[in-house]
Amino acid sequence: MAYSAGRQFLSNLKNVPRNLRDSVMRHGRPTSDRARTQTVVQNFFLHIHPSRVHNHTLKWTTTMGLGIMTTALFLILTVTGILLMVYYKPSVATAFDSIKDIHFVVPTGRMMRNVHRWAAHGMVVMVMMHMARAFYTSAYKRPREFNWVLGMMLFVLTLGLSFTGYLLPWDQLAFWAVTIGSSIAGSPSEVTDAFGITQSFDPGGRIRELLLGAHYIGEEALIRFYTLHIMVLPIALSVILGVHFWRIRKDGGLARPASADPPITQDGLKPGEAPDKTFGLMAVVRERTPATDQAIENTSPAWPRLFRVEAALTVLVLLITVVLSIWLDAPLKELANPEVPENPAKAPWYFLGLQELVSYSAFMGGMVIPGIVVVGLALIPYLDREDEDVGIWFSGRQGRRIATASTVYGIVLSVGILAFTVKFKWLGEWDWVRNLIGEVPPIVITLFNPGTVFVLAAAAWSIGLLRVTNSTRMAAIGLFTCFLVCFVIMTYFATFLRGPNWDFYWSQADWPVIEH
Amino acid sequence: MTDKPSSGLTGPRFEEPVERRDFFGLAAVWSFFGMILTATLGALKLPMPAVFPEADSRFPIGKPEDFPAGPPKEIKRRRLWVLSDDKGIAVVSTVCPHLRCVVTRHADGTFVCPCHGSRFDATGKKTSGPSPRGLIWKEVSITPDGRLIVDSEREVSSNARFAV
Ligand code: HEM
Ligand code: FES
Repeated sequence: MAYSAGRQFLSNLKNVPRNLRDSVMRHGRPTSDRARTQTVVQNFFLHIHPSRVHNHTLKWTTTMGLGIMTTALFLILTVTGILLMVYYKPSVATAFDSIKDIHFVVPTGRMMRNVHRWAAHGMVVMVMMHMARAFYTSAYKRPREFNWVLGMMLFVLTLGLSFTGYLLPWDQLAFWAVTIGSSIAGSPSEVTDAFGITQSFDPGGRIRELLLGAHYIGEEALIRFYTLHIMVLPIALSVILGVHFWRIRKDGGLARPASADPPITQDGLKPGEAPDKTFGLMAVVRERTPATDQAIENTSPAWPRLFRVEAALTVLVLLITVVLSIWLDAPLKELANPEVPENPAKAPWYFLGLQELVSYSAFMGGMVIPGIVVVGLALIPYLDREDEDVGIWFSGRQGRRIATASTVYGIVLSVGILAFTVKFKWLGEWDWVRNLIGEVPPIVITLFNPGTVFVLAAAAWSIGLLRVTNSTRMAAIGLFTCFLVCFVIMTYFATFLRGPNWDFYWSQADWPVIEH
Repeated sequence: MTDKPSSGLTGPRFEEPVERRDFFGLAAVWSFFGMILTATLGALKLPMPAVFPEADSRFPIGKPEDFPAGPPKEIKRRRLWVLSDDKGIAVVSTVCPHLRCVVTRHADGTFVCPCHGSRFDATGKKTSGPSPRGLIWKEVSITPDGRLIVDSEREVSSNARFAV
């Protein structure tokens, strides 16, 4: 036999690296536009991208990179979270010590923990800003309604991740924040109590039992929160994130104004221009195509422009979290002590606005108003169905003016209500009310408190705008802006101006010394 | 059976003489979803705790002589203050009825909650703040051998003192 298997084997051996590479990447070096497009289409990790993106999408002002940064933060959280899991022990007896070990003993442990913490805060900020930009550019409009709803789910999951992660260190901060949080979940009892039916019908109590696995925060609660934090919520978030991305492509890329695709001549060319090479998946299906023939010439290959942006933003976000982590340590207070709360006992910052509302009424501030906000946000695309001005910030000049006016209105409203409440307190403490009707029933406070006044005033503003402008979009801008401004002000107020016993102080320097 | 075309592309559906098959097909689809639904609901029952890990809700706090009429005494571990005067003994829970923080007792006898500032007077009656009600008084009883027993799950009205 002339054929020498031995020689063949040696040559195979020599060619292993090349053949391995060719079998992994079944296309040539991505040196041409065509090869790069193929790379994007054929590579598992890249194929979530379109092969071409619209030039409008790549403009800085379209997205400000917020969604990409949120994704980058989630990836950072996943990696650092898995590393923390190596040492973290989810039990009441060991959790706190294991975090201390991570912080002070484990090599790079402090860095990983800090990065995890700052990335978690960053993700909450970014997810909110991303939502605001999608709102203000009308990106929720047809056909993107459902992707907005998916986004709301991602928002809630992000907050859920943060909240469940908060308990894990099992320090004073964790214990009391979760005491309040889980009691808010149980606050429907405030209403059933008012009707005296809690004995037989207690949905609030059931929710709390489901969350804590007990009537107090202990081993059972820690295990439940841990399972949610490291498995249930991250998996749910990843899956929904995948659908979120997938739908962007099915909806024809990011929202863009009609003016982004200038009219073209009969033969499909803009006057005086020859088309770039175009690529497409040729099959006849009844669906919206990502790029129609008129838009294709305004697109660029995803490689390199989109990838360059993604890489740059990922590096930026990583850099910021790492630099923050060098200078600022994630807090760790003393071991959880169920006998003595922190004073003031404050929730994480993004829940502080909520905590302010809860200090008026647990059920209204903790369940009803947040419920209305989340459901209301999710329904925006179904309530405002005006199709014009998609992809334009504030839908143009009128919207910009209304957003400005609503900002002013929101500031006046929330500062006014806060100042009033601090200065005069509320119904239950007013002597003339007491003289008139005696003790104010709790259900009255539940229904009528500074929080509900704010919601009603914001709703009135929005309805007024609806009347005046005759546009659901303008009414939506008014309402959204009001709530956003209020969220910022309430958060600031509760973070910096509320001190021990939730009393008002101009500065932390005025806080009294609390002796235990 | 095998000679029947079943592809929807060969013609409108009503031309296919397979009503019985349709019926079985539909029945299969519905049983599939029915079973998945039942299984999911069954699985979701698991996290709803059936037994609770709490210790007995009744526990001894001492003898009546330990609580002579006079300044109240705190039992920190149980989150209780024991008030005692010539009318008898009362046990007040320090768990705030608002969102379950633990209230602190000031020197003047009033209670303040650090979390959202609910205030209560010396007997636990609410004076201000978001709490929907006053502090909870717990039931006190006595064993034949003379030990005071508190039942943390039973509430008594806030003037029912336990006379000793
Ligand atoms: C798949 C993703 C994630 C995994 C595997 C993970 C895992 C962990 C683990 C094991 C801990 C306990 C260690 C510790 O407390 O330092 C923890 C803590 C924490 N996680 Fe996550 N996590 C993930 C995503 C997130 C996300 C998306 C957020 C918020 C947006 C978040 C927020 C937190 C917070 C605030 C803590 C407390 C950190 C501390 O005090 O050190 N995590 N996480
Ligand atoms: S928990 Fe006591 S006032 Fe809120």
